[in-house]
Amino acid sequence: MIKLEGLSKVFPGHSIPAVKDLNLEIQEGDVCVLVGPSGCGKTTTMKMINRLYEPTGGAIYIRGENALQMDPIKLRLDIGYVIQEIGLFPHMTIEENIATVPNEKHWPKDQTKQKVEEVMTLVGLDPEVFRARYPAALSGGQRQRVGVARAMVSDPPIMLMDEPFGAVDPITRARLQNEFLRIQERMGKTIVFVTHDIDEAIKMSDTIAVMREGELVQHATPSDLLSAPADEFVSNLVGRNRSIKRLHLIRIQEILEEVDRTKPATEDAKVDEIKKQLEESDIRSVMVVDRDNKLKGVIGVSDLKQKAGEVAGDYCSEVADTVTSDATLNDALSVMLECGEGYVAVVNEDDQYQGTVTLGDLLNVVKEDS
Amino acid sequence: MAREIWKWLGIPLIMIGIAAAIVIYSVNNPADSIVERMLTYDRVFRVIREHMGLLLVSMTGATIVGVGGGIMLSRPSLYRIGRVMETVVNIGQTVPSLAVLALFYTILGLGFNVAVFALFLYSILPILRNTFAGIDGVEHNIIEAARGMGMRPLRILTKIELPIAFPIIVAGLRTAIVINVGAATLATFIGGGGLGDLIVTGLSVHRDMIIFNGAVIAAVTAILLDYLIGKVEERVVRWA
Repeated sequence: MIKLEGLSKVFPGHSIPAVKDLNLEIQEGDVCVLVGPSGCGKTTTMKMINRLYEPTGGAIYIRGENALQMDPIKLRLDIGYVIQEIGLFPHMTIEENIATVPNEKHWPKDQTKQKVEEVMTLVGLDPEVFRARYPAALSGGQRQRVGVARAMVSDPPIMLMDEPFGAVDPITRARLQNEFLRIQERMGKTIVFVTHDIDEAIKMSDTIAVMREGELVQHATPSDLLSAPADEFVSNLVGRNRSIKRLHLIRIQEILEEVDRTKPATEDAKVDEIKKQLEESDIRSVMVVDRDNKLKGVIGVSDLKQKAGEVAGDYCSEVADTVTSDATLNDALSVMLECGEGYVAVVNEDDQYQGTVTLGDLLNVVKEDS
Repeated sequence: MAREIWKWLGIPLIMIGIAAAIVIYSVNNPADSIVERMLTYDRVFRVIREHMGLLLVSMTGATIVGVGGGIMLSRPSLYRIGRVMETVVNIGQTVPSLAVLALFYTILGLGFNVAVFALFLYSILPILRNTFAGIDGVEHNIIEAARGMGMRPLRILTKIELPIAFPIIVAGLRTAIVINVGAATLATFIGGGGLGDLIVTGLSVHRDMIIFNGAVIAAVTAILLDYLIGKVEERVVRWA
């Protein structure tokens, strides 16, 4: 889909090239993350793809076509672009911001309107609420969402994203990342993603291109990068705790089937039955759900010692925090550590119980892999 | 709707009313025959007309040249010159307006046209500087996002840079207009007419009432125009 051949960039007045002789091929539908320390040429490389920077050497092929011979305006209109500080236009409403590319392409008004609503919903912004607002009235996370929506509105096959989730707090960032991956699963865009955060790279990517001082050091899948770093630079970058980093690679849904042992108890289940169930197994607690399978709480062995009532609902205590099944195992681990529990309940978007992941499950995954 | 109109026109109407009351009172109750002869409705209307003429022609020209020049200097190819211009303009503004008029009198002679030309040049400065500074101040990442999404340079100028710079450009216009109304009272020294006629006449015959009339009308004009431009700006800029 995107092929960079011997790509080089020397900025005027500099003797050292910002990018030198870079060869990289990105398959259709893949997320390729360019990662490396600042000044390594990753952003420069990205900006050459939509020709915000003109390469001083080499070639760029997009779907086999030489991008350097295309009209740069046409090229850019078909490449979604999200930058670090988002660059929303402060004088335009959210709707007008998102409609930028359709307006440049002279789409009919109603088609633009419909498409804008569609992408707003897709990124989780209610069009009715946010349509007429100005960027100044939005939170950081909401602005990032607008930035992504604006880049996706004309359905470009390729997207360039320069630290798109850089300017928000870690919790919002994790949520935006998960949302974005969910969207990407459906859209299957070819994405070039720049970040300096190796954890983000491992989480978001199909392939990772590690760069240093303008050169490509290694291009591999995250799993290969973790197990076989090309040199010391890469292994330093991924760090010593590679097994833990592996937890970024696996989503909870992938292991949920293997780990799900006990059925949750319903709210109105008899306490005696739960007691028996707990005694017969080595499990120390059981989740309680209501009739709609929504998570109500948890009953531990110690909870049952007091006498509170007849049914499970009377005994259960609230769970501190939950994760969704598209979160990574690393997210699950963070929640466990934060709550000081050895397990975390997994729910879907409607708060319905999906299963439970324990610390032991995570250990098993790490063991299997290494 | 009626309330809306009142909100816009309330203050201007009150100010015009005050100025009109002062003029009517002065003309109808002259202190002596000199004032009676020197301060007539005909004369007041004539100098107001002249003053507005000076203002309108010089400001229209200054706006076109100032905004146009500011845009041109903000383009990458002329940007360096633009930075130099900012300094030159700041120095230029320290030259008193009377000196500017005197300078053009020595070069071009007397008359309305010379006065208009001098006012025009003097008013360009704040407009030019603010247009340049306004466009220059648009955040780099906004421009880059626009370029990266495939907007052409002209579209970026008209859809992004100018709208974002608009409040600053308007601030330049307001500064220019207030300076211009004041400086135009000096046009009378080089035969340009305007409200300065009343003031200078009043000074030469030692009649404060005549000076007062000229000064009040000039002050009200400056405040009014500044107020109205501010109101228009408020309507247009809803995002800040």
